[in-house]
Amino acid sequence: MLAALPLLIPLGTALLCALLHQAPHWQRRVSLGGALLLLVAAWQLFAAVTAGGAVVLQAGNWPVPYGIELVADRLGCALVLVAAVMLCIVLLWQQSAADRAPEGASFYPLLHGLVAGAGAAFVTADLFNLYVWFELALICAVGLLACGGALRQLDAAFKYLALNLVGTLLLLAAIALLYGATGHLNFRALGQALPAVEPGLLLPLAGLLVIAFLIKAAAFPFFAWLPASYHTLPGPVLALFSALLTKIGICALIRTFGGLLQPVPPQLLTLLGALALLSMVSGVLGAAYHWDMRRILAFHSISQVGYMLLAIAIGSRLGDATAIFFALHHSLVKAGLFLCAALIFHQAGHYDLRRTGGLYATRPGLALLFLLFALSLVGIPPLSGFWGKYLIVRESLLQGQFFWAGVALAVGALTFYSMLKIWIEAFWKKHPDPDWRPVATSRLTPAYTGLTLLLLVTLWMGLFPDTLIGYTLLAADSLRGVSP
Amino acid sequence: MIWGLALAVFAVITAGAYLATSRDLLRCLIGLTLLGNGINLLLFGSGRLQSGQPPIIDRLATELVGAANPLPQALTLTAIVISFALLCFSLALGIRLLAEVRGSDLQRLRAAEPPASDPLKPPLEEAP
Repeated sequence: MLAALPLLIPLGTALLCALLHQAPHWQRRVSLGGALLLLVAAWQLFAAVTAGGAVVLQAGNWPVPYGIELVADRLGCALVLVAAVMLCIVLLWQQSAADRAPEGASFYPLLHGLVAGAGAAFVTADLFNLYVWFELALICAVGLLACGGALRQLDAAFKYLALNLVGTLLLLAAIALLYGATGHLNFRALGQALPAVEPGLLLPLAGLLVIAFLIKAAAFPFFAWLPASYHTLPGPVLALFSALLTKIGICALIRTFGGLLQPVPPQLLTLLGALALLSMVSGVLGAAYHWDMRRILAFHSISQVGYMLLAIAIGSRLGDATAIFFALHHSLVKAGLFLCAALIFHQAGHYDLRRTGGLYATRPGLALLFLLFALSLVGIPPLSGFWGKYLIVRESLLQGQFFWAGVALAVGALTFYSMLKIWIEAFWKKHPDPDWRPVATSRLTPAYTGLTLLLLVTLWMGLFPDTLIGYTLLAADSLRGVSP
Repeated sequence: MIWGLALAVFAVITAGAYLATSRDLLRCLIGLTLLGNGINLLLFGSGRLQSGQPPIIDRLATELVGAANPLPQALTLTAIVISFALLCFSLALGIRLLAEVRGSDLQRLRAAEPPASDPLKPPLEEAP
């Protein structure tokens, strides 16, 4: 039963919130209660998995190849915990004044629906079930984009919908062909049946599945939906999107390469490596061009997704573990950066860096917060991003991929340039408007509390990386079926 | 029989892909829906086409012989329901966009990504 809680709690909360659509006050309370309950359940699940391995639920007591199976393993559990923490921070942020999302009647149901879709996609062990949760996350994300109602948000929602729909349709096609070839949908049964499929058939089938997940993960050349939509969202929702949406694709890719397709055909790994390098470079160059903080950070998401794909493409146990570590690190740090951008917008009056400035003198605390998150994203020791990049570069060198390691380091340098640009333009230079005064501090305590919480987790990841790296190594083992 | 279905899947998916890449908003939505229906047909075919018995086991029997595979049909039904919900939502979104943009040309839909006038600097947006 415990394994089903990451989807039952948010789904129930979403339904309750939808029923309470005429009582916004109660909607807020139920929503907060649901989020806290999810946090407790995610922590319980995490403790159970750390102690005794994956928690398994067979729906309706159907034995493995026939029924739908939910497997909360170490990978899924850690991501569910991140989702629960992010949901709580977003709800906390809604109590502050900094770029909070307008709370229409559909806001809370969609928010919890998104978390339900993502949480269930992290723990399901059935391919078709995964498709259903992808669609739930998709429709809720489109709803959150559209419920602002402005033309640019509707435009973004349409582009997001059309491009992501192609991804889910390709996934459905891959599911149909894989089921036709093997007769299985369960990950474990499919993993055992796939080596028997002849290589000439396996490669296109696996390729179709991987392309569908790459669209969801916003990798090169399928990332167009991400920079077309992210910047139209209000700050807290944007932070939740960046922590969850690309991670659904990354989680599915880690499961595919780390478990389902083992031993992975080398052509697929080479192709993934090439796409990873192109994602890293194109994302960071897109970020260098832009001046709107949200667009800069959105393009950096593509570049960071490239790092995760590179870690997966290394193809070793340590590579998969690094991809999981990097995904956890990126969820928290990128959300922190988007939230910092929302605070900069609140104080300086614009998201575009050509209209901001002067915050170092007036808001030194915010400057420090942003700097720590930014340096963590760049990968400066001893912050969490350093360990992720260090492990990727080290493992690439050990596997003889010197070019990959070189590109990873060069992209790190370009990331540093973008972060420096935000720092100089938002904090260091004078504000372009001589009459500008910072907004008199109004109800920002919840916002700063949430950000500090994120920062503490990031610092813990950076200062004591052993615990988490050990955990992710066990997670990679359990994907390969070596440990429970 | 399976070749007939393959031909149908090919025809529907080709038509869907052609329409989905159209610049006209409504054609694009219809194309995506057709694409979804083509893939539903593919899913239906994944259980093999045969005229089998209904997959209901006899009270005394322990084995089911000569029955059709019910799973792909259940999967197809689920996929149809989901794609129908998405179609309804995307049509509502499309109608709002048609009213706002005054025309169905998707090239004019640049509200979220305004075209740049300067080759080096992105456009400065007034709205936050």
